[in-house]
Amino acid sequence: MCTVCGCGNGETRIEEMEVMEHEHTHVHADGTIHRHSHAPTNTYRPRPTNTKAELDYSTGPAGAHVPGLSQSRMVQIEQDILAKNNDYARANRRHFDEHGIFALNLVSSPGSGKTTLLVKTIELLKDTVAINVVEGDQQTSNDAERIRATGVAALQINTGKGCHLDGHMVGHAIERLQPAEESLFLIENVGNLVCPAAFALGEHHKVAILSVTEGEDKPLKYPDMFAAADVMLLNKCDLLPHLDFDADLAEANARRVNPDLTIFRISATRGEGMSAWLDWITQGLTQQRARHVETVDVLKQRIAELERQLAARS
Amino acid sequence: MHEMSLAEGILQLVEETARRERATQVKTIVVEIGQLSCVAPEALKFCFDSVSRGSMAEGAKLEIIDIAGSAYCSHCAANVPMFERYDACPNCGKHPLQAISGTEMRVREIEIASSA
Repeated sequence: MCTVCGCGNGETRIEEMEVMEHEHTHVHADGTIHRHSHAPTNTYRPRPTNTKAELDYSTGPAGAHVPGLSQSRMVQIEQDILAKNNDYARANRRHFDEHGIFALNLVSSPGSGKTTLLVKTIELLKDTVAINVVEGDQQTSNDAERIRATGVAALQINTGKGCHLDGHMVGHAIERLQPAEESLFLIENVGNLVCPAAFALGEHHKVAILSVTEGEDKPLKYPDMFAAADVMLLNKCDLLPHLDFDADLAEANARRVNPDLTIFRISATRGEGMSAWLDWITQGLTQQRARHVETVDVLKQRIAELERQLAARS
Repeated sequence: MHEMSLAEGILQLVEETARRERATQVKTIVVEIGQLSCVAPEALKFCFDSVSRGSMAEGAKLEIIDIAGSAYCSHCAANVPMFERYDACPNCGKHPLQAISGTEMRVREIEIASSA
């Protein structure tokens, strides 16, 4: 397995890009260390006119032999297991902030209506803001195709056996998609209420989607996800008259786990409640833009100041 | 499957350190896993055995230190034990509690050996 990017355990694919070329280090039993690069298994040919892309983190086992040993000793590490992922996530976040991009990580169980919600959200927002979408699924590129049908750029990441997207995958997705300044970046995580909670991607907010065809106690059964989210969308509310689902109880359960949760009741298919959700996104976009303008202004001021100093010297 | 990624994360930290220390074998790995961290220790051990195969950590003993959950209750203004993330305060019965320990997932230390 590649210890730099975990590419060797392999079934993660990003559309249309075959195995990525990269380098990594092996340590042999005698202590010698060498670096080598993996050639792509298929020649890597990005198609520049197409947003579709595929990255395949394929196999390349790094062997080490059983050594003859002498002394043994303890070494302190004291590091978070997710430290690497958090580093990637921080780099993504920096990229988003430097470019005034507002990024959301949408998480839910399979079947909560995430993709339909995304399609509707995109249809209502695409005339006012540039949008890029990353779709995470174990297999197929069906969801990315649904998103592309709306006319915005989408990249499918297939995680293979993996159950969540990680910061490293999203970093590559940013490279591929090249999102515009001050745009909206939507990440649809793999349908799973457990693992994606632990893996930061660099997003500004996690948005958990719970549909009324699930149980009211889901926030209690999967507390980590609802604790990690800033927003909960209670979806498929148009079905409430036909169900025994107690929406107030579901909200109360979610707030038991996370009292600061912002909750919107919506129906993505019928459009009810969507305006409040869209307003919330617009507010996030506005904040990011304001920050971006501020950053650019500060940079301009600094350049002007440096130019003044240079002029004074000469 | 989530444990698989964590096992890879552990292996990565362990290999980096072992390489820096010019070790040739990792004998023991001590990790701290909080009780609120949503990690099944048995699954983590199983996954680690599988991902470490062929690495210098193959066959290493993975010691998992359980970190008990505790939380701060703003109503009682006190630290209280916490067994599940959504628990009410055991003293006053109210929500919410702010978890202060038991969510960690850390590699504490490793025992390494190197050729003489």
